[in-house]
Amino acid sequence: MSSVVTSPFGSPSRRSRRRKMVGRMMEALCTLAALAAMAVLILVVYAVFRRGASALNLNLVTEVPSTDAYGNTTGGIKNSIIGTVIITGIATLIAVPFGILIAIFNAEFASRRTADAIRLVLNLLAGVPTIVVGVFIFGLLVVGHGYSAYAAAVALSIVMVPIIARSTEEVLALVPAQLREGGMALGATRARTVVTIILPTAVGGMVTATILAIARAAGETAPILLTCSIFANQVTLDPRQAMGSLPMTIYLDAEQPSQYAQHQAWAAALILMAFVLVAAIAGRLLSLRSRRRIEQTR
Amino acid sequence: MSVQPATSSLPLTRRTRFGEIGLRGICGAAVVILVVVIAMLIWEVAHGAWLSFSTFGLGFITSTDWNVVTNQFGALYLLEGTLLTSVFALIIAVPTAIAIGLFLSELAPRVLRTPVGLMVELLAAIPSVILGLWGIVVLGPFVATEVEPWLNQHLGFIPLFSGYPSNAGVLPACLILTIMMIPIIASISRELFNSVPSELKQGALALGATRWEVMRQIAIPQVSGGLIAAVMLGFARAIGEAIAVAQVIGSHNASPFGSIFKPAATMASWIATQFNGTATDLQRSSLYYLAVILLVISLVTNIAAQLIVNRFRKRIGGRA
Repeated sequence: MSSVVTSPFGSPSRRSRRRKMVGRMMEALCTLAALAAMAVLILVVYAVFRRGASALNLNLVTEVPSTDAYGNTTGGIKNSIIGTVIITGIATLIAVPFGILIAIFNAEFASRRTADAIRLVLNLLAGVPTIVVGVFIFGLLVVGHGYSAYAAAVALSIVMVPIIARSTEEVLALVPAQLREGGMALGATRARTVVTIILPTAVGGMVTATILAIARAAGETAPILLTCSIFANQVTLDPRQAMGSLPMTIYLDAEQPSQYAQHQAWAAALILMAFVLVAAIAGRLLSLRSRRRIEQTR
Repeated sequence: MSVQPATSSLPLTRRTRFGEIGLRGICGAAVVILVVVIAMLIWEVAHGAWLSFSTFGLGFITSTDWNVVTNQFGALYLLEGTLLTSVFALIIAVPTAIAIGLFLSELAPRVLRTPVGLMVELLAAIPSVILGLWGIVVLGPFVATEVEPWLNQHLGFIPLFSGYPSNAGVLPACLILTIMMIPIIASISRELFNSVPSELKQGALALGATRWEVMRQIAIPQVSGGLIAAVMLGFARAIGEAIAVAQVIGSHNASPFGSIFKPAATMASWIATQFNGTATDLQRSSLYYLAVILLVISLVTNIAAQLIVNRFRKRIGGRA
């Protein structure tokens, strides 16, 4: 029988046993690679949780940093938590309208060639190293004005715009053509169709795009390092002044020899990572759900 | 016109036309501002680098000095550091990430695909500063006590793997970049493998091919262009990573080819560590020069990757 069956992959014999073995081995290696990636994630998350949880206490989040009589760091990181919220908040306020308007232009108004060109530009902007974005905003807003929260926010918004624009455009493209045509058939103009039919259908997708962009921006350090890295040890609400931020606190404290500064760094890392991971997971699950929902309306 | 009352139709059309032009105008303005911002970015960085460029010219790239006292600056060691760390990371990350892509698209049971894929993507969501902190406290010491002595013992005859172990150095930076690159390449390659028509895969299976043979002889060749683009995007990410590298590499202007156990620096990490303490205008301008080099490499890599992806999309689209 074995001589009759001719497989293009060789005769089923010792050769086929070897092929099966090689196949099993490679499948095992692929599985191993996935396990390794998950293991690294678990290792990092575990290290941050273990060290961060032992460092985290109520004083840390309710007090600002201070220096005791011996020059040691004490106190908490309240100013950095509030600073990160403000900086990321302003960045979001800038980036969301821009990102969504660019996406609408691409999906609804641009010719195919223009849309391709804009998509290329967005991808290029997303590919610019974040440290270069920091250098750019340093030259644009920091020179002559000094460090400020709004300079950091502008730098972060440059990181956020391509993320929001690209994923919003994807969601807009998922809106069924019937809805669009229905609007037109009722005599609505293109703008009216966009505002009253397409945007409400796609709003879930835009919210998840924003969440994912915030998750990315909240942890960005390089743009803030060059725009807002020297700040007072107190809570500031004025965006024209420099403020502390969680990424900056982690970066600066990690380099200090003091045990307490190390504690602060891990506690800040825990708070930041918990926020970023929750936002990233929520964003991804929501995007799966809203995609499914839009597809159901087809 | 005579049938409809003029009072209601005229203002309405004017208003709707206004809305139409208004929305289109606002959206178009956002796009224009986007393009202007990118132009400003390029101009600003090039402008800042001008002093250094007019002083050192292209010799900046081949000079190894970084001396504030004599005001001599050059990027060669930093360029070497950038290339060595990124290429090292690519060598580990590319096969691992493609294997993960294959696992997620071909091998994993359906219930596991979403959670495992999510976990791989979360690896990319961890802020680089936290990965760097972990690199300083956990990975660095582990590398110094376990990995480097082993490498030195078995591969010490290669200069790259010889020398005394140290917590901060090129090797931990390479490993951190590997960790950052894997999720990027893995999630793109998963999408690519998912796009391979299942008739092709099933046809091969029906002919008696093993699952591995389907992956190697059908799936990978089908999407090889896209895989190259994915690798380029991962590479672009690695050369531009400043913070995590600055935290673990030891920040020293030295050639990384001496030994990967020793401290060195990359262009991006050097900007991060030097920028806030510049002593002279020429030094700051030289950091801008580094930013220009980074910008050029990342723009070229991204455009090339984009062109490959577009061509690839057309091919796939044409077939389907």
